[in-house]
Amino acid sequence: MNHLIVLPIVLPALVAALLLLGRRYRLRLARFVSLGSCLVMLALALALLSEAATGTITRYEVGSWPAPFGIVLVLDRLSAMMLLVTALLVLPVLCHAILTSLDRKGWHFHALLQFQLLGLNGAFLTGDLFNLFVFFEVLLIASYGLMLHGQGSARLTAGVQYVIINLAGSTLFLVAVGILYGVTGTLNMADLALRVAAAPAEDQGLIRAGALLLVTVFALKAALLPLHLWLPRTYSSTSPAVAALFAIMTKVGVYSIIRTVTLIFGADAGAAAWAPSPWMLPAALATTVIGFLGLLAAHRLRELAAFALIGSTGTLLAATALFESGSIAAALYYLPHSTLAGAALFLVGDLIARRRHGHGEALAPGPRFAAIEPLSLLYLLCAIAIAGLPPLSGFVGKLLVLDAARSSAAWPWIWAVLLATTLVAIIGFARAGSTLFWKSASVQAAAPPAPAAVRTAELLPATLLLVLLAALTVFAGPVTRYMDAASAQIFSPADYRAAVLGAG
Amino acid sequence: MTLEFLMASAIAVLTAAGVYLALRGRTFSVVLGLMMLSYAINLFLFAMGGLIVDRPAIFDKATTEYADPIPQALVLTAIVISFGMTALTVVLALRTYLETGTDHVDGPPDSLDEPG
Repeated sequence: MNHLIVLPIVLPALVAALLLLGRRYRLRLARFVSLGSCLVMLALALALLSEAATGTITRYEVGSWPAPFGIVLVLDRLSAMMLLVTALLVLPVLCHAILTSLDRKGWHFHALLQFQLLGLNGAFLTGDLFNLFVFFEVLLIASYGLMLHGQGSARLTAGVQYVIINLAGSTLFLVAVGILYGVTGTLNMADLALRVAAAPAEDQGLIRAGALLLVTVFALKAALLPLHLWLPRTYSSTSPAVAALFAIMTKVGVYSIIRTVTLIFGADAGAAAWAPSPWMLPAALATTVIGFLGLLAAHRLRELAAFALIGSTGTLLAATALFESGSIAAALYYLPHSTLAGAALFLVGDLIARRRHGHGEALAPGPRFAAIEPLSLLYLLCAIAIAGLPPLSGFVGKLLVLDAARSSAAWPWIWAVLLATTLVAIIGFARAGSTLFWKSASVQAAAPPAPAAVRTAELLPATLLLVLLAALTVFAGPVTRYMDAASAQIFSPADYRAAVLGAG
Repeated sequence: MTLEFLMASAIAVLTAAGVYLALRGRTFSVVLGLMMLSYAINLFLFAMGGLIVDRPAIFDKATTEYADPIPQALVLTAIVISFGMTALTVVLALRTYLETGTDHVDGPPDSLDEPG
């Protein structure tokens, strides 16, 4: 048995426990350990990706208990890709948090971050519905701590709302899991797929209800339209580095939707087949519209970034909602782009806010500030990436989504919404950017700001994210080939079932 | 029949009370509501294994019928998680009350009018 698969879960758990032992007065040490853990995790993700890229689906039986009875971890192309995206996102975000001394503002930042990674990696690897719930709880509980890190009354108020909405979500998750267990008598996702396909007609209504409840919970995490209201307040109240890390949280919802619907509620599922698909597409398109319209209404940089994240997740969900091999492949290409670009915008916003004395992150004209030229360039690149203009990966991603949507009956809607929201996003980003950078010349500083020591090193993490986006564009060919293969693998659930349940 | 009715009505009453309380404006009733909801869910999960009386959940040579042990394990996990989360929300609600001076979930009503 290949023990490499369990390491992305075991490593952060051990590191987090170690970090809890070495308290705040060992901050330097904690930083090195945390960074080292993230680097090892990146190496692990690359190793697992190279293994999954061969097309084999590997199962790992925890405690060597065979599949439907014991707990399994499953590695396929999709989960390996999600692990790599997480590792690539966490590294720059952690560097940013260290360089801007965010981890000094409270206790246990690094331990919470590692627990967050534990939950994320676990959610991507598990092949068991109840363990998916447990890993969701782990990543949520860590995210409560990270969200409240640094405190302040606005953050606490938003934190209470964030915790309550997610507790309600977890309750619904348990109802869905309970219904599916009650009907099928199993929680292993591969086994569940078999039992759902073989369910008698009188049980199919219940299964359909369970499927819709499950997708509702995932849609809450992914901030799909009627359930998106928690996101702007939460992300604009927490520290920008944490918000950048949370860019992957909405993607956990998207990943879970793709995984459960294609595997369990796919073509064989009787009345529950593709149950969420008629609801998801209109909701996703509306999410895209609301998200990018929110850019025009934002008063602060973090609000701008939060709405941009909603909009790009909406685009991603619109591609997902078609549930076809081509559209899922396009969605999988857009997913890392959306994560990295959203995180980059949060980090750049933080860098700008730190240099605007007395104006902070308010989208209002202020005096010129230190390092305005490189920051405006970084902002421009983020805006180009998120809006979906060439030459960055947002353009390639949107092109793939539009191309994949052509075979759908709803293609006029998808094309109209995606193209119109691109224009709205350009206007929103241009408005915010010109207020921040161009109107600054006309405003005189009331008192000449103290020449703050500008550390160029602070710009590196955000630049690294943009370099990753550029790499995603340059290597679009190999990446799309991988995503096509991943999508093909997702759409042959029989292989997944055979790999999990079969002998060997 | 009576056992099923008792369980179903208990879950229903707990859920109704939980939803009502969770929709209130003050954090204390919201926390109570979430607790009620988690109790309802625990009962619901427990009932999902089938309502079987007087049967062992672990292997016993004397019987051939068993109660389903998995929902019991699930409920145990769910109880631990909801217990921890209730403690967290109580502390968080208290801290928010002490820092902001209000126990409304949405913050003081006039704070919404302040510019962003």
